[in-house]
Amino acid sequence: MTARREAVPVRRSSLWWDAWRRFSRDRLALTGGIVLAVLALAAAGAPLLAWYAPNDVDLKRLDAAPSAVHWFGTDDLGRDEFSRALYAGRVSLSIGIASTLVSASVGTAVGAAAGYYGRLVDSVLMRLTDVVLSIPPLPLVIVLSAIVKPSPQILVLIIAAIGWMGTARLVRGAFLSIRESEYVEAARATGCGSLRVILRHALPNSLTPAIVAATLAVGNAIITESVLSFLGVGIQPPTASWGNMLQNAESTMATKPWLSVFPGLFILLSVLSVNGLGDGLRDALDVRANA
Amino acid sequence: MTTFLLRRAMGIVPLLIGVSMILFGLLQAIPGGPLAVYLNNPYITGHDLALLRHQFGLDQPLYVQYVRWFGAYALGHWGVSYSSGQPVATLIAGRVTPTLLLMGTSLALALTFALLAGVYSAVRQYSAVEYALTVFSFLGISMPVFWLGLMLQLVIAVHLGWLPVAGFSAGGWGDVVRHLVLPSMALAMFTAGRWSRFTRSGMLEVLRQDYIRTARAKGLPERRVVFRHALRNGLIPLVTVVALDLAALVSGAVVTETVFAWPGMGNLLIQSITSVDYPTLLAILMLSSFAIVVSNLLADVLYSVLDPRIVYR
Repeated sequence: MTARREAVPVRRSSLWWDAWRRFSRDRLALTGGIVLAVLALAAAGAPLLAWYAPNDVDLKRLDAAPSAVHWFGTDDLGRDEFSRALYAGRVSLSIGIASTLVSASVGTAVGAAAGYYGRLVDSVLMRLTDVVLSIPPLPLVIVLSAIVKPSPQILVLIIAAIGWMGTARLVRGAFLSIRESEYVEAARATGCGSLRVILRHALPNSLTPAIVAATLAVGNAIITESVLSFLGVGIQPPTASWGNMLQNAESTMATKPWLSVFPGLFILLSVLSVNGLGDGLRDALDVRANA
Repeated sequence: MTTFLLRRAMGIVPLLIGVSMILFGLLQAIPGGPLAVYLNNPYITGHDLALLRHQFGLDQPLYVQYVRWFGAYALGHWGVSYSSGQPVATLIAGRVTPTLLLMGTSLALALTFALLAGVYSAVRQYSAVEYALTVFSFLGISMPVFWLGLMLQLVIAVHLGWLPVAGFSAGGWGDVVRHLVLPSMALAMFTAGRWSRFTRSGMLEVLRQDYIRTARAKGLPERRVVFRHALRNGLIPLVTVVALDLAALVSGAVVTETVFAWPGMGNLLIQSITSVDYPTLLAILMLSSFAIVVSNLLADVLYSVLDPRIVYR
């Protein structure tokens, strides 16, 4: 967007404004954002939306099929599946988002340090990144969780442990070119310390790839949590997560299919919308493709 | 080129040492140590434990244990499984074929889909079929593999009764193939979706190039332009991604094998986690990491072979 010479009123133009205009024209991304917001709101407002408490046992209604009273049916303990799915959304979504925040921060810090300081720091950090990238991620987190028997907070850290490498590489790449730029040189000449140059000058200019990578990583984190809980090493019952609801449903899948369909649909819907959102953000923020 | 290859091949040695250190350290953290499985056994006394600890060399300092283990490992001595008493190498050897069969079939499925769908959606951009393929790819990327497996079991095996729900084989190759269909579809879905997106964008990129316009301008039939001129360059990014995605495929295989009771290495991994079978666990993690490192190296090499514009020193 360059300034025009015609006599039209000057339109607002900034990175974020341009990005928003492109983003709002992208139907897939917009739908993703809206669906995700609805899911998050439904999970947050679970006490208002669900008529039953998620762990309330109703022995008169074991294994009820979906009906007007129990929208998603009930499980083998007579717990309302709809309520559990909403409450599970709180756990699964917040673990997905929290672990992405952690992994994106770690990745950005590692990438910034490696790209800015270069030399030994760069080779040590990047070799470490290579090493972690060489271990198959899922087996690694399964083993980690089996060892630790994690609380939700620790689970966030475990999932983050396999998610930071991509961001680190991206941010390092951005820093490598920014480090050589004139404005960084100017900032240094006016007496800025390294930390200030990194935080005030280089970081804001390398943030867009990190944001896109982080958005797409939320989907991975949600899936990782669900796999861990499905295998019984993630969120422990009675606390519901989409993954452990599916673990509970697996053995009775043939006779009570609703128990295994709905939690999976929630995972699919949330990951799908996060991916749509991330894809849209990539197109909207990719300045090179739109310059 | 030769120096480049040698240098890269040498480069995987420190990488593997790093991996082995992380894995070794990780498994040291198991509560109760490698002998945890014996702690709750009433027939094993404290004296027996001490004896075992000495016999396995677990009373040595950590770095001694690591060096011994790594040295033995490099020579192919992978130890004896704590839970079954069999040599780990034998145990794993029995699991390699099913895993390779499963991963190979899904790789072939995913690649076939990715090529057909990717090329088609690049050539017929904005068509209804392209839209449907995009939706399908997004679904594939966003679906947890274990849930897809469950749904395939539910619909195709339980309700329609076309294929067996799980397991490997009751005998004969035909039966193995029938058992193979559902798990390999479940495992292929993610990479199929991902790779078809890569093929599509790679082809779109290439079809925009000047030399394609030249090819069309000199009157070549469209088929020849797409498949002879565009495809060769459009596939370069895909080759790299396929090799790099082996880690994702390995991860997916662990889950798929668990859901479908497929007697492969992923299944063995989960079993050895449950039974705290330390040597088996380490060996599987080491082997799969080794495979990933090698495939990354392969990606590098292939990239340089396929794209002569890239100069390696």
